[in-house]
Amino acid sequence: MDIFVAKKSEFKNGDRRIVQSARGEIGVFHHEGAFFAYANTCLHSGGPACEGLLMPKVVDIIAEDRTYQGQEFDETETHFVCPWHGWEYDIKTGQSIGDRRQFLRKYEVVERGDDVFVIA
Amino acid sequence: MNANTPINNVREVRFDEFSSSGSLSKASEQAHKRNYKDFLIVDVDSHHYESESYGEIFKYIENPVIRRQALESASRGGRSSMLGGSVGYQDIGGRITRHWLRKHEKTEGPEHRDVTTTLRWMDAMGVDYACLFPTPMLFLGTHPQVEIEVAMARAYNRWLCDTILEHEPRIISMLYLPFNDPDATYQMVKDFGHRKGVKGFMVTAPRYKPVHDNAYMKTYRLLEEMGLPISFHAAYNWNDQSLQLTNRFIGVHALGFMWFNMVHMTNWVVNGLPERFPKLKVMWIESGLTWAYSLMQRLDHSYKMRTSDCPALKRKPSEYMREMYFSSQPMEMPDDPSILEATFKMINAETQLVWSSDYPHWDFDLPGVIYDLPFLNEQAKRNILGGNAAKLFNLDPKPVKTIPPVGAFK
Repeated sequence: MDIFVAKKSEFKNGDRRIVQSARGEIGVFHHEGAFFAYANTCLHSGGPACEGLLMPKVVDIIAEDRTYQGQEFDETETHFVCPWHGWEYDIKTGQSIGDRRQFLRKYEVVERGDDVFVIA
Repeated sequence: MNANTPINNVREVRFDEFSSSGSLSKASEQAHKRNYKDFLIVDVDSHHYESESYGEIFKYIENPVIRRQALESASRGGRSSMLGGSVGYQDIGGRITRHWLRKHEKTEGPEHRDVTTTLRWMDAMGVDYACLFPTPMLFLGTHPQVEIEVAMARAYNRWLCDTILEHEPRIISMLYLPFNDPDATYQMVKDFGHRKGVKGFMVTAPRYKPVHDNAYMKTYRLLEEMGLPISFHAAYNWNDQSLQLTNRFIGVHALGFMWFNMVHMTNWVVNGLPERFPKLKVMWIESGLTWAYSLMQRLDHSYKMRTSDCPALKRKPSEYMREMYFSSQPMEMPDDPSILEATFKMINAETQLVWSSDYPHWDFDLPGVIYDLPFLNEQAKRNILGGNAAKLFNLDPKPVKTIPPVGAFK
């Protein structure tokens, strides 16, 4: 079933929408010019996984001599964070960062003219 | 789902508004699916932020000099206060959004804001009764001025009784004991043990006076006579010399919340306090469960070789521990559920485990952590979620909550 999400012209890069479907809520992200959609139900305890902050991945800076030199954000990998407990997911794959064997259910997003739909 | 409930098919995510009910709407869905309306759920460990009411609480400080210090310190935000604070980024750098969105929650009506917001999250989760504890005061046991701990404990307890417990029967508490002053501790039980909604007393675990000190025996005896439980609420102290070795909050939290309770439990048992106070009910709060499983085995193993170290004991340490109460949160969830099942067996979970949420703190648990376990029967689930606590706190087992309809808050 195609569910209308938004007019693309009104759905800015960096925004998101929460869509009600027969299979439950779906979070749709507009990120770096592409659309990604996942079940809005955290794999941890069922929280609204798609409704938290978008955060770059945090990395430890380890020098060639293996010494720790601090931390920084890796802006090439964006996570969305479940606001209930902080579980993080890769926005491009839905992969759980804390347990990489697990993925949120992913939904296809299609554009028809200026309309954005999610297939659920 | 209520057919009359309107559902917005598409919505945006807002970071400029907040409601406890709305942020927990998915918890309400879980509560309906699991029929929580049919049985009692008691949360033995939840919190409010008493620091948001310091202006009211400080007026309850009995000593006029300390009262003035407190009121003055609260009047200038951003400067050093009388109470100080604890090091630690509990909200994971802002990722736990309710910690900073809470300020947008709107309340109305004559009830105290904390009553309104507490009832909202309780109903949303399906909780009938919640035992409410403070937040910054969890660290008050390490305050360098004993008289400040006593003054704040008495002020907070009196304010809590007058403002919250007297007015809302679904909110109960085990009151803070100023444990660094054993005489003040005893007097607290005498003065407040009969107040409405007071179901016991609580010792914050990060502190450096041992629980077996003779000075505490009169308090334990009084609590035993009154039939009120004593609980030890875990927390960390990043200034503790050992815990200073950790450099990330995950480290100090994982270890700190077990460490102090492990020390207190060890002292409690090997000094024979369960034999001296056989009817005193003892509860261990917010250390999870694995520590108890581990400590039972460690102490039993050594006890068989070193009975002369603890001659007061007539049974193995684990047998006394198995008669105490353990709050569930933060309940460890191993990939293999048989490991958790063994832990439950070790602590006699069916009668001794009491569910807790720790809401609104960052690692809160929902009732589902118990209800969804594959190895518990329905009766065991209901015991742990509310039945055990109802007996302990002498609560009416009839459910009193109102779970919001699905979709009522988005």
